[in-house]
Parts: sequence; structure tokens; C-alpha cells
Amino acid sequence: MTFLNYLINGISLGSVYAIIALGYTMVYGIAKMLNFAHGDVIMIGAYISFVVTSKLGLPGIVSVLAAMVVCTALGIVIERLAYKPLRSAPSLAVLITAIGVSYFLQNTALLIWGSAPKYFTSVIKFESIKLFDGQLVITSEAIVTIAACIIIMIALTLFTGKSKMGKAMRAVSEDKGAAQLMGINVNTTISMTFAIGSALAAIAGILLCSAYPTLMPTTGSMPGIKAFTAAVFGGIGSIPGAMIGGLLMGIIEIFASAYMSTQLANAVVFSVLIIVLLVKPTGLLGKKISEKV
Amino acid sequence: MSELVSLPPKARLLERDIGKIPVLETHHLGIEFGGLKAVEEFELIMGRTEIDGLIGPNGAGKTTVFNLLTKVYQPTHGTILLNGKDTTGMDTADINRAGIARTFQNIRLFGNQSVEDNVKIGLHNQMRSGLFSDIFRLPSFWKEEKKAHETAMELLSIFDMQHLADHEAGSLPYGAQRRLEIVRALATSPSLLLLDEPAAGMNPSETAELMENIRKIRDTFQIAILLIEHDMNLVMGICEGIVVLNYGKIIAKGTPAEIQANPVVIEAYLGKKKEGE
Repeated sequence: MTFLNYLINGISLGSVYAIIALGYTMVYGIAKMLNFAHGDVIMIGAYISFVVTSKLGLPGIVSVLAAMVVCTALGIVIERLAYKPLRSAPSLAVLITAIGVSYFLQNTALLIWGSAPKYFTSVIKFESIKLFDGQLVITSEAIVTIAACIIIMIALTLFTGKSKMGKAMRAVSEDKGAAQLMGINVNTTISMTFAIGSALAAIAGILLCSAYPTLMPTTGSMPGIKAFTAAVFGGIGSIPGAMIGGLLMGIIEIFASAYMSTQLANAVVFSVLIIVLLVKPTGLLGKKISEKV
Repeated sequence: MSELVSLPPKARLLERDIGKIPVLETHHLGIEFGGLKAVEEFELIMGRTEIDGLIGPNGAGKTTVFNLLTKVYQPTHGTILLNGKDTTGMDTADINRAGIARTFQNIRLFGNQSVEDNVKIGLHNQMRSGLFSDIFRLPSFWKEEKKAHETAMELLSIFDMQHLADHEAGSLPYGAQRRLEIVRALATSPSLLLLDEPAAGMNPSETAELMENIRKIRDTFQIAILLIEHDMNLVMGICEGIVVLNYGKIIAKGTPAEIQANPVVIEAYLGKKKEGE
């Protein structure tokens, strides 16, 4: 029964990683860049939710919407100001800029909200489910997180598969030049990708802090790195890959800390990544990249 | 703008299109890459339903001209008028919406996507439903999807490719990929279609079929077609006007008969070819 408990916790944590990883993988797929500031957008989303619920006393759902709106706008602004001018710059310059944006967001949060950890009250209000005389506890946070993850996955698959914007995104991700010659506005498409990724980051931030209620300016960085790892693990650029990568990361992390040691959990997670990349360098679902001649 | 466009004497236009605004007009068009003049003084006027050829030895700047016309490169000199409208300041996507579509020398389909989706991406700039109705699957979304599907099938039927609609574009045989690229370009409803070596890698019977189809496309859609091609049978067979480019400059313009008899062309182009054989 404890095994099942761990498994559910793992899937729940993995769902959060998966939602964050989607942001990394979509941006990488379309703009061919690693947006290392993505983890900090999560943190901003959680702070916005915290302010709306704890300071303004508004209901949780309002705080989720507010966080999504703010993060979407933030994502678009970051892309416009920091990344768009570097569209044709070497990828290293873009990477360094992304790290810069990451520190900028962390320090801005530090200025506004201070360094003291905030206690984040969960936005999820209903009771946990207890089964088998309380031996198996499924927390309300876990239920909502897993459900959110499934809904997001289905919605994104439908969106990229069928909608006009989704098709444009796939076209841009395959061949920017050819897409432009089909009348697709690449800038709008990239903005849209950042908007979607950042809105998902807001949701992930709130779900994460609902389960692990300590909120600090650095709250987003570790989950950000792990979600990035999950995206690479699953095959960066692939949406189902991000999903599978995220879930596996979460499960491995929880099992490692339960059956081995809490201190070793992260080491185990990253070791698994290294092994997977040694065997399959493009990740679990990654496509083999062939050089264009 | 007056209905009758006055033409500079060196412009070549077919009789049937005189009196209509040309689909394409370039004046002093050129581009330099760090002092190297890849294309200079490129002057061309194309009537609304002409099929013209752009030929020249390798490295003459033919594809560069296509890249200038589609603003993949921003010209450093000159102007391009498209349907009488100045294209200064437009980017590649704007140019496509203004009426130029093209295919590529090395095929650039969206290989991981289905044949039908490739065509639908081409139809993209004509679809009107917004993001909102896309996400929430409003009736307008389904109506448009249905229309897009029908249009895509109709376009695919030009080359009898309807049965391939669900195949992954990258898995098609080479010739079919070339044809699909043309269909995808047509889906953006251009007034000028640029074909970059459409017959490359095709066998003689495929080439003959392609010639038929290029003519059929012109007649059905009433558009102008400018093509780069090395296959002289194709060029001389379907082009009504030919521009010869060498070292980035136009060295001759005229009808196929005129070009074949032009000593400068024979020296620069056909003569060279004989040496190589």
C-alpha cells in the first residue's frame, strides 16, 4: 500500500514536471532555443496566485486566472524584449540571455516579495480521498494535478493537430523559411508559443506550491531544471516526449527518495538522464536529427 | 494607375496581356553580398498569364533572383512591383499573401506532416476563423475545416494525388514530393508561381507530364509562372519568354526561338555545355 502511495505521489509530481516541460519543449521546437527563464515564470505565477488569495482574499480560481494572464503577458514580453532581437544570433548568445532573464526575474521577485519564504495556502479546497481504512491517501492536490495534466495534454494535442495556429506552429518548427513562404507570420507564431508555455507555467507553479507550500524567489529554479531534464529525457521538441519524460522523472524521484535516500534522490534522477542519453542521445521519443546537405 | 501601362522598350511582354497591369515588374533589382554583386540590374516585366523561364549556367544567380522576389534576401538595389504594388518593406510572409508562391530546388515540404496538412498549411493565409473558434471548436471552425479539406482534395486532384492525402509527406517518392510542393504553393492562391527546377531528378516521361501540368495549371488558375530549369526541352517546350542570366546579369531576353539563335547565349551557356560533354 505504501508503494501505491509513492506511485501516486510520483505521478502527481511528475505531472507538474510534465506541464513545465511542455513549455520548454514547445519553445525549443519552434524557436530552437532553450528558455532557461521558464522555471522562474513558474515562480512568478505562484507569487501572483499567493498575492491574489492571501493578500486580496479572492477565491483560488480567480488567482489561477490572474496568474495565467500575468504569466502569458510576461512570456510574450520576455520573448519580444530579450529573445526576438537575437533571432539570428548564435544559440550561445540566446542561451546566456535566457540565464540572464532567469536571474532578472528571481531578483525582481526578491525586491518585491523579499527573501523570506512565504507560506502558500493551497488553492484546492476539497478533502483528500482515503481508501482501505486510510492506508491509501490520495491528496486533493494530487487529483487536481493529475487531472490538469491529462486535460492539458489532450487540449494541446488537439490544438497542434487540428487548429490553424497549431498547424502553423508545426510548420514553423519544421522549416521556418518554407513556413514564411506559405504566408505564415513566424513572429506571431513564436509569440503564441511563449504565451501558451507561460500560461502552462503559471498553472504548474500553483499546483507545485499547493503540494509543496514553501514559496521563495528561487522556488522555480530546481523544478525548472528538472522539467528541462524531463524534456530532454523524453526527446526535446516532442510534446508526448515531454509528458512521458516528466512523469518518469517524478516517479523516479519519489521512489529514489522513498527507497534509497532523500539526499540521493536528485542524483539518481540525473544519473538516469545520463544513462538514457548515452543509450539514446535524442531522448526517448526524439527524432534522429539528420544534417541537411 | 492608368489601365494602359507604358512599357520600357527592353521589357518583353506577350501581346495578350498588354493593357493589363503586369503581375511582376522589377526595376534595377540587385543584391550585393559584401561587395560581391550576386545579381545586378535585373529587369523583368511579366504579363498576367505568361510562362517564362529563367536560365543560365550554375551559379549565375537564378535562385538568388527567386530569393529576392520572395524577400528571403532583402534587395540592396531596385524595386519590385507585384500586381502594380510596390513591395518595399514587405517580409516573406507578406509577399506570399500579396501573391507570390514558390517551390524549392531542394524540396522543403513539412515532411513529418500528412500530405493533406501540407496543403492546408498553404491554405492557411486564406482561412478566416480565429484562435477562439479554433480552440473551442465552434461551428465556424468545422465549416472551415470542411472547406479546407475539400479545397485541398481539389488541388491534389490536379496531380491525381487525392489517394495520398493521409500519407506522411516525407515518405512519398521523389517525384510525388515535387508535385506536392507545387500543390502546396498553389494552395496559397498566388498570382505568380515560382518553380525552382521543377523537373530536377525526373525521368523524360515524368518531365513530359510535368510540362503538360504546368500548362494546365496556368490555364486553370490563370496565373503567371516563372521557372528555373536546366532541362532545355522543358524550357523551350513550354516557356513563352526566356531570360538568360550569367554572372548575375541578364545577357539575353526573348522568345525560345530568339534565345536559341542568340550568339551571346550560345557562347555563355550552350557553348560551355558542349565543352563539358
